[in-house]
Amino acid sequence: MRTTLFAKHKALPLAAVGVALLMAGGCERPPPQSTQLGYRGVGQIAFVNPRTLAALHEANIAPESLAPAVPIPVNAGSVYQNLQVLGDVPITEFTRQMSAIAEWVVPKDQWVNGQGCVYCHDLNNMAADTKYQKVVARSMIKMTKRANVDWKAHVAPSGVTCYTCHRGNAIPQYVWTTNPGEKPRASGYVGDQNRLSPVPAFASLPYDPLTTYFDQEKVVALTPKTAVSPIDPKTVNTKNAEGTYALMNYISKSLGVGCNHCHNSRQFADWAQSSPARVKGWYAIRMVREANKNFIMPLTDILPASRKGPLGDPMRVACETCHQGVNKPLFGAEMAKDYPALLTPPAPSPAPAAAPAAAAPPPAQVEAVPALEPKVTGVAGTASAVM
Amino acid sequence: MAMLSFERKYRVRGGTLIGGDLFDFWAGPIYVGFFGVTGFFCAVLGTLLIVWGAAMGPTWNLWQISIAPPDLSYGLGMAPMAKGGLWQIITMCAIGAFVSWALREVEICRKLGIGFHVPFAFAFAIFAYITLVVIRPILLGAWGHGFPYGILSHLDWVSNTGYQFLHFHYNPAHMLAIAFFFTNALALSMHGSLILSMVNPPKGEEVKTSEHENTFFRDDIGYSIGALAIHRLGLFLALSAVFWSAVCIVISGPFWTRGWPEWWLWWPNLPIFG
Repeated sequence: MRTTLFAKHKALPLAAVGVALLMAGGCERPPPQSTQLGYRGVGQIAFVNPRTLAALHEANIAPESLAPAVPIPVNAGSVYQNLQVLGDVPITEFTRQMSAIAEWVVPKDQWVNGQGCVYCHDLNNMAADTKYQKVVARSMIKMTKRANVDWKAHVAPSGVTCYTCHRGNAIPQYVWTTNPGEKPRASGYVGDQNRLSPVPAFASLPYDPLTTYFDQEKVVALTPKTAVSPIDPKTVNTKNAEGTYALMNYISKSLGVGCNHCHNSRQFADWAQSSPARVKGWYAIRMVREANKNFIMPLTDILPASRKGPLGDPMRVACETCHQGVNKPLFGAEMAKDYPALLTPPAPSPAPAAAPAAAAPPPAQVEAVPALEPKVTGVAGTASAVM
Repeated sequence: MAMLSFERKYRVRGGTLIGGDLFDFWAGPIYVGFFGVTGFFCAVLGTLLIVWGAAMGPTWNLWQISIAPPDLSYGLGMAPMAKGGLWQIITMCAIGAFVSWALREVEICRKLGIGFHVPFAFAFAIFAYITLVVIRPILLGAWGHGFPYGILSHLDWVSNTGYQFLHFHYNPAHMLAIAFFFTNALALSMHGSLILSMVNPPKGEEVKTSEHENTFFRDDIGYSIGALAIHRLGLFLALSAVFWSAVCIVISGPFWTRGWPEWWLWWPNLPIFG
């Protein structure tokens, strides 16, 4: 008797084993850690795999703070030239802060003679703004101060330092640029979605919600405050839900949380039913818009192409830049309190010199290049296989 | 109660699993049996406990009454009655009632000397319920993972539980379950309409039978599954829908904690893509 793979009694168990392997290959093992987020029974529960969490804890350790500086009542601005944002910091604290920035931002392979200074400074004239890195650093220090001083609604109590984003890299690992998308094709409608991308957490939703909602400041909220009118189609546009959903997925993935970290899905729009975390998120969206617009986009002209996306726009910040998969960046480590220079408004410039390039022109319109990756996450590489 | 002349023939003694002849009787048209008694007991007790829970709760609005499971902090232990213990006992009553009903069906099948297809099919529904309120909570380590007993509150549970995984439509088992539900509806509508079309010919024509049924579908789609096999197919589709529904929720949490879209990365990560 001839038997084949597809003989009646063999095909079924074989298929079952195949499906089982597939499922097991893509799954985690129980039990996960679960946290109750709301009243019992309504599914307000967050799950996290303890093994994933342990790996995150390992990857998100704040470095030890440098030893406190000896207090000296002499401001750095009265000793050094061209201090535009840290002039009011005591000289010893200033030096300490500079060392910390070198530790946080300058990769070790860029250090010269055990010093990271050269990454930004011209060693022949430390005050000169000859290197673009120094001008960028000044803008970033302003941005950090602005966050700590004026965006407490989002960053308190831990505050932020350069390390929150940089983690020892000159370019933070999780930055983004506008995704130019694909060239229009005769077949296979793509639109701005349906391409594997880590940005909307791998859903087939629009793959560049960051440009839409952070650069263009499109309104994120969907649910109209008044009754939906069939006569006035402007009251609600369900298509917008895709963009909002993509942005929300990005936020969720950046923070390693589900939708119910902020929302009660029985009515997403209602603040009264949402968790307090949603308020933090509301401020965060505004903070990110401002950080990019006021502190990064103006640098467009001085940044080299290696710091820009395919359309010539600078690498920018968003949720994942700081959070890196963790609800509270660095698991809430209160680093900033040890660096008082970052907790005050920028000091008025004692001797204004060349300011960072002023308002940036709109990014150059470059011919759309197919198959370019959004430079957003470390896992972007996985998308390249199919995009 | 009046009995049709031929009914007596089928109302035979025996076939019971438990209780021998003691519970082997009918209440009017309905067979009782040992499991009829246990089922009745569990159903009445469970319903009364729900009423008690409603009385302790804030509302008598039928839509809003909700018997919630305990807080997660109680783990797999018992909770005080007013703090989820009621849910735990009602769950026991529900399982007792459902399983009793299935076993009563088994006894009826044995009396009639027919297959056990009906209790087998019903067992899938019970399995899905037990998956939700027993198997998954045990895998997750707390009874608080069960869904609440309330018309609206259980929908909140479904919604919130789904959105914990960002986009539940990417859950592969959910996809299968939905596909089976839809196909099941398609098969039943095609079968139902076909049978009704056979017994409702135009005025003056005779009622048609299998050959017409088969010919219709052979003409229509080139294939007729046949009078018996359509029922095998229907049962398979229906049970598959329920089975994959149970799978889709039991893997959400115990076997996957991230967004469901991300699960599909096994595909681009296959070594065949280099």
